[in-house]
Amino acid sequence: MLGGYTITVSITIGIYIILAISLNIITGYAGQISLGHAAFWGIGAYCSALLATRFGVPFWIGLPMTIAITAMIGSLLAIPCLRVREDFLAITTIGINFVVQAVFLYVPFFGGAMGIGGIVSPFSTSSFFWATLIFVLLCIALDRWLVRSWMGLALESLREDETAAAISGVDVVKFKVAAFAIGSGLAGLAGHLYAHFMTFISADDFGFPQSIVILSMIVFGGIGTLRGAILGAVILGVAPEIFRPVLDYRTLIYGGLLIFMMRFQPGGILGDQSLLPRIFRVVRQRGLAPVKSGG
Amino acid sequence: MIWQQFANGLAIGSVYALIALGLTMVYGVLRILHIAHAGVYALGAYVGLLVFRLVPNFWFSLVLAMVVCSLAGVIVQRYLYMPLLALPRIVPLIASIGLFISMEEIFRLIAGPYIISYPADPGLGSIQWGVVRITSNQLLVFMVTLALLAILWFIMRRTKLGLAMQATSQDLEIASVMGINTGGIVATNFLMGSALAGAAGVLVGVYFNSVYPTMGSIPAYKALAIIVLGGLGSIPGTVLGGLLIGLGETMVLGLTDIPFPRDALAFIIMIPILMFRPYGLLGKE
Repeated sequence: MLGGYTITVSITIGIYIILAISLNIITGYAGQISLGHAAFWGIGAYCSALLATRFGVPFWIGLPMTIAITAMIGSLLAIPCLRVREDFLAITTIGINFVVQAVFLYVPFFGGAMGIGGIVSPFSTSSFFWATLIFVLLCIALDRWLVRSWMGLALESLREDETAAAISGVDVVKFKVAAFAIGSGLAGLAGHLYAHFMTFISADDFGFPQSIVILSMIVFGGIGTLRGAILGAVILGVAPEIFRPVLDYRTLIYGGLLIFMMRFQPGGILGDQSLLPRIFRVVRQRGLAPVKSGG
Repeated sequence: MIWQQFANGLAIGSVYALIALGLTMVYGVLRILHIAHAGVYALGAYVGLLVFRLVPNFWFSLVLAMVVCSLAGVIVQRYLYMPLLALPRIVPLIASIGLFISMEEIFRLIAGPYIISYPADPGLGSIQWGVVRITSNQLLVFMVTLALLAILWFIMRRTKLGLAMQATSQDLEIASVMGINTGGIVATNFLMGSALAGAAGVLVGVYFNSVYPTMGSIPAYKALAIIVLGGLGSIPGTVLGGLLIGLGETMVLGLTDIPFPRDALAFIIMIPILMFRPYGLLGKE
């Protein structure tokens, strides 16, 4: 049905979509700028790889374990983040990314510079694609449930005005930790898939540049919206493949695109205030409004 | 041995302080994390190198690099940041990251991906102090940094312009009400900050005798750790933070056998300090 190349790219994009959805919960909904999301992805991938290679844990048992452990570490790492706000927070998360990567690289238990190899994928490539698709759909469902729940409202109130939220009785600490726990748990899922798909991981895969790519995805698509996170992940995930013919200029195009978007559509392609959704809303309203004749 | 490492660390720390100073000045007035500042720093190194190839005089290349960088800084401020100021903070941050990526790529495409040497000799000679040897390049870094810091201190503390800059960084709106041309002051901050970054680029290029497209990547985030450590926006705090990180890195890696990446150390120092002082060493709430 699909070619091997298409399937491989699709699985990568699926993993990116899960990462974008997970970061969108922390940064988009709860408003906590994180520039170190790849760290949580990496923690998930390393956890999954260690479980699989050292302890022989099978894929489906390793899955909930990885998610739980990553969510736990994520909420632990959220503790230093609770002390700081806004720009201090953004830089603290960069710091977490570098420290986590350094631990992977320099602690022999994590395989050092050689990384961890020999992870066995339980599926063929095409079944892996369907599994990834199911996980993406589950993440979307979780995201929808979260937004409609009381917690979604609480996170939004944190984003809009933390002090006002605290005065209104929202437990700021609890919900911030919860956002980090859910976001990093989903990043752990992405790491689990990534480790089993690549069958080899190393610390370089989870560096600060990767964090920027994930953040760019949600900002590019429209931060704080599910559709934006998905679209951003698809566009920035496909872009390296599309621009393969102009390999030498690929990164320049990417940088230029970021500047251009922020300058002219700062809400992202599908953000609530952006051009496309506004046109769409107008068209829909016109369509639904009763047509006056002879007026 | 310790004192030799101390001298080496001080040289690195001075350069860090110069880069971070520009960043902190920009943050002080606009509250923007100006990642592309590290791109301006690399630009300084390239301009310095180009000028040095045409006219082999170090001081001339230093001054010209500072001039070009300050212009670049003002252009970035005027055409990239000003229209984005009213938007959520993440917007100028991402724009800045985009600009930084683009600048690195432009350097790579124009000058090539390789390391180019910058063999300037300002002719200062070296100093032997017992077992400690301060090389000509280290002497140069100390002298230029001290001179620039002195000039900066003089402008900030002894001139009307400096007073206006301090007022603007404390409260832009009130300063504007008091009749300060805040637009001009913001531009001046970018101008001076970028000139410092350009000087830092030239100094690093000469100190390590190498200029390459990604030379800004590590300072881009390390300078962030430094300004956070110093308390975002605080000038003395930033100098202190820069020296602290430079010394810390060199001492820990030069005197111990701990296998640790040099570049993560800044954050390992930063995170615990932030836990006890969430607004940095010399920052105010």
